Amino acid sequence: MTSFSFLHVEYLLQAALWTVLLSLVAFVCGGSFGFVIALGRISRSPLLRRLASLYIQVVQGIPLLVVLFLTYFGLAIAGFKLSPLMAAGISFAVYCAAFLGEIWRGCIEAVPKTQWEASECLGFNRFEQLQKVILPQAFKIAIPPTVGFMVQIVKNTSLASVIGFLDLSRAGQIINNSTFQPFTVFGCVALIYFCICYPLSALSKHFERKLNVSNR
Amino acid sequence: MHYTFDFMSVFVNWPRLLDGAWLTIQLSALSTISGFVLGTLCAIAFKSKSRLLQTLVKMYVEIIRNTPLLVQVFLVYFGLASLGLRLSAETAAVIALTVNVGAYTAEIMRAGINSIHAGQIEAAECLGMSKFHVYWHVVLLPAVERVYPSLTSQFILLMLSSSITSQISAEELTATANLIQSETFRSFEVYVVIAVAYLALSFLFRGAFWLIGKTAFVRKRKLGTNL
Repeated sequence: MTSFSFLHVEYLLQAALWTVLLSLVAFVCGGSFGFVIALGRISRSPLLRRLASLYIQVVQGIPLLVVLFLTYFGLAIAGFKLSPLMAAGISFAVYCAAFLGEIWRGCIEAVPKTQWEASECLGFNRFEQLQKVILPQAFKIAIPPTVGFMVQIVKNTSLASVIGFLDLSRAGQIINNSTFQPFTVFGCVALIYFCICYPLSALSKHFERKLNVSNR
Repeated sequence: MHYTFDFMSVFVNWPRLLDGAWLTIQLSALSTISGFVLGTLCAIAFKSKSRLLQTLVKMYVEIIRNTPLLVQVFLVYFGLASLGLRLSAETAAVIALTVNVGAYTAEIMRAGINSIHAGQIEAAECLGMSKFHVYWHVVLLPAVERVYPSLTSQFILLMLSSSITSQISAEELTATANLIQSETFRSFEVYVVIAVAYLALSFLFRGAFWLIGKTAFVRKRKLGTNL
């Protein structure tokens, strides 16, 4: 039995890099797919709207853990041999897309309706309306909740450990199995997560205050 | 792709899945109630004049909201055991979930209490209501009514994240699924089935919360308007 040492901390920090990497993959992939979902939710075609909202309802009604298992085993059945990083990345993209899509739909709808009408009067087509008038304004509204959701992503990547992805939580479990000092090990793990997440939370709050100047 | 789906080997185990789902419901209901009480108390403490209480609540909320539930569950289960406090997996799960949802509820309830206009409280005082009555009828209940939708979605998220407690072998729905898949090797089928089960559970919870909202908020039921 070895005791918890500086070497272990180094191992944890290395694993933390994987956590950050997976979070970035999840955010980029989930974000692009989520953007499509958000556009689907505000589309003029009822079918697209229905499909997007069905997707959101289903994914938000299933635990991320089960989404992870489903992608991991489901893709294996379909004949894809995926590394845990790929499998985790895909599951997180699926999961984040549902939440980000719903968040961003709210932000797009928060842009006053008169903006749509005014831009229509200027002769913009729907694409131009979105690109030149609505999205730039929605983007500003979307920053605080999106940064806030990044915290959720980082925390949720801890679940990737169950399909064998060597992230911060998995590293913690491995070290705990050899040192039997759960309080120190998981306390340290929690501290590293906190150091990643707290700045993001604070940033989100900062943006929110900045945006809310009139209501202060 | 040569794979034949075999859902039968999952369905023969349905009594176990049902037991698992029942434990999921129990875990979620218990930690929802205790977490709500804890969170509300924290929100009240945060509004108090004591600086110490404010700092403590703030620290609690920030620490919980910025660390993953999985690590919190491990800390409660393995950490407390190493200190000599041996808990069953289910007890540890309820404690971890309560502490977790308590922090989120505290934030939501704080927003709710903040949204009560000072004039309301002054008016209630002018009517000669006691301090307790003012707090209960004018501050707390309307605050809950206002933030009820956010509370509801938080509690449904809690129900879904109770699946995480399968990692300390609390025998809820996901843990049961893990067991069944290790016996039958029908992993994909098992997880499809419990995904549908979770979906049904979240609809069930949504319905239950709707019903609770209908019975608890008399004013809203009668007038049909938001506060």
